[in-house]
Amino acid sequence: MTTRAFLQHRLPPISVIIAGLVLATMIVLVIFAALIAPMDPRDVSSYSLIDMEIPPSFMDGGDPRFLLGTDNQGRDLVSVILFGLRISIIIGIGAVLLAAIIGVALGLIAGYFGGIIDTILMRVGDVLVSFPTILVALLISGVARAQLSGATVSEWAPVILICAIALNEWVQYARTVRASTMVENARDYVRAAKVIGLPSRRIMLRHILPNVMSSVMVIATINLAGAILTEATLSFLGAGMPATYPSLGTLIRIGNQFLFSGLWWIAVMPAAVLVVLVLAVNVIGDYLRDRFNPKLMAH
Amino acid sequence: MIKIVSMRLFQAILVMVAVTAVAFIMFRFVGDPVAMMVREGASQAEKDALRAALGLDNPMLIQFVEFFGRVLHGDLGTSFRYQQPVAELLMNRLPATLELVLVATVMSLALGIPLGVVCALKPTGFLSRIIQSATLVGISMPTFVTGLLLILIFAVNLRWLPSSGRGELVNLGGWQTGFLTVSGLKSLILPSITLALFQLTLIMRLVRSEMIDVLSSDYIRFAFARGLPRSHIYGRLALRNALMPVVTVTGLQIGQLIAFAIVTETVFQWPGMGLLFTNAVGYPDVPVLAAYLLFVGFLFVMINMVVDILYTFIDPRLRTK
Repeated sequence: MTTRAFLQHRLPPISVIIAGLVLATMIVLVIFAALIAPMDPRDVSSYSLIDMEIPPSFMDGGDPRFLLGTDNQGRDLVSVILFGLRISIIIGIGAVLLAAIIGVALGLIAGYFGGIIDTILMRVGDVLVSFPTILVALLISGVARAQLSGATVSEWAPVILICAIALNEWVQYARTVRASTMVENARDYVRAAKVIGLPSRRIMLRHILPNVMSSVMVIATINLAGAILTEATLSFLGAGMPATYPSLGTLIRIGNQFLFSGLWWIAVMPAAVLVVLVLAVNVIGDYLRDRFNPKLMAH
Repeated sequence: MIKIVSMRLFQAILVMVAVTAVAFIMFRFVGDPVAMMVREGASQAEKDALRAALGLDNPMLIQFVEFFGRVLHGDLGTSFRYQQPVAELLMNRLPATLELVLVATVMSLALGIPLGVVCALKPTGFLSRIIQSATLVGISMPTFVTGLLLILIFAVNLRWLPSSGRGELVNLGGWQTGFLTVSGLKSLILPSITLALFQLTLIMRLVRSEMIDVLSSDYIRFAFARGLPRSHIYGRLALRNALMPVVTVTGLQIGQLIAFAIVTETVFQWPGMGLLFTNAVGYPDVPVLAAYLLFVGFLFVMINMVVDILYTFIDPRLRTK
């Protein structure tokens, strides 16, 4: 096999490479947001109302200082979007991690011990997944608002969002891990480990877990897109990140108020970034699923 | 047979009791109902009297049973915000949501099935590749962004269609319908497209994969060998079998759609149950939240149960399990 053929065989399709590059760029930009962003959206002194509602620099009336234009408060959209993107990514990853940890733990327990624990956990999961994540998350947000003061809700918004999204999403991990655990449970190496008297916790974490991790990774990537979308939707509906600390969804919500004044860029720019982000994650997730799940390859 | 059906019924009742319990906990513990209802500056004695009148000093279990009884009678409490019975509020908003969901479902089926078939017949063809890539973009496009772009193009720039509300309505025996006026129909276009796109991708992908499965089965190959016309094989023999799971999924999706109508209704200020719910989250109007949870829970349980029981009737293999 020549080097070229080898590379072509090994490399993922071009769309996946582009998606990976886009995602990597976004993550780097977000990590160094404070250095790259022309201004700090949380620092009121760094922007002024004089600069408000300037269209993107490539349009008539644009200002070279503001590549994507400014919003109604004179904030540079590039900076606002960078910081918003950071919050969206952090909440998305946080929700996926929390859901994966809960789901893997409960899935291992259900699959390893079986019996009544298994039945109860899976029934609870069945009921939870029959409700759409958005509905559950909205309910939690409403309850939080009724129980806590407005300022507390704003301050804890990221945590509330992560928990609300994870509450529904763990079931998918639990189901997959449970099924794989049951298969592994019957294998000789697990039976041998039981015979020599290793504690259950050690068998689950050190012996079974590494063998079920690849499917968890695939679900996590596919779910990341969903989690980012859910967060954006909640923030758009006003039940997510507050305007003082906006995510991409909050920015689109704010921009939505200016659609009819012709200031379309305030909403469309963050929306475009959101769609590109989710699309990139989806392309990678689809690829990983086809690659690591031969059962789905048939389609 | 009877055993399976009664098992399903029992499970459904169990789930409904659990959902009602959650609604009860929200109703009872989220915010203090007495503080919400009592006049300002009321004395402790007045508060206690109201508490006793509402039955809030009874043991929890009794309160829950009473709540359950009220729910069974259709009494879902009074909205904090509108000071109206919640059941009445929901019923007034139901036609708007149902009309939107109905039109969106018909649209997504009418487009999704043919597109899915096209992709299945020539999986590597140019057209199906374009459709496949478009679905990936479709999945990545949040419902509210779709709605926003449609508003921007058709309402703000072109000024062809209204961006909010239901337009003029006609009252048909208590059912406010928008189907009978021009402005009602025009108002329906953008929201229903937005909601249909959410479902379209799913139906399309499902039809495609089912169709590919069916086309590789023996009876289709045999039909080709017999020399039956292609249109007969694809249209009558293959598509019919491929549509079975689509019917199920569409049925199950109607519950999902009603919940997803929340987003669409908020974007287009469509006066349905979803908009009522989003407004309740921000207020926060706890009785409305609890009632909506009960309503969606009831809907899901009913649809799931009916689909499950129908399946045991249709498919004899499931009965032996």
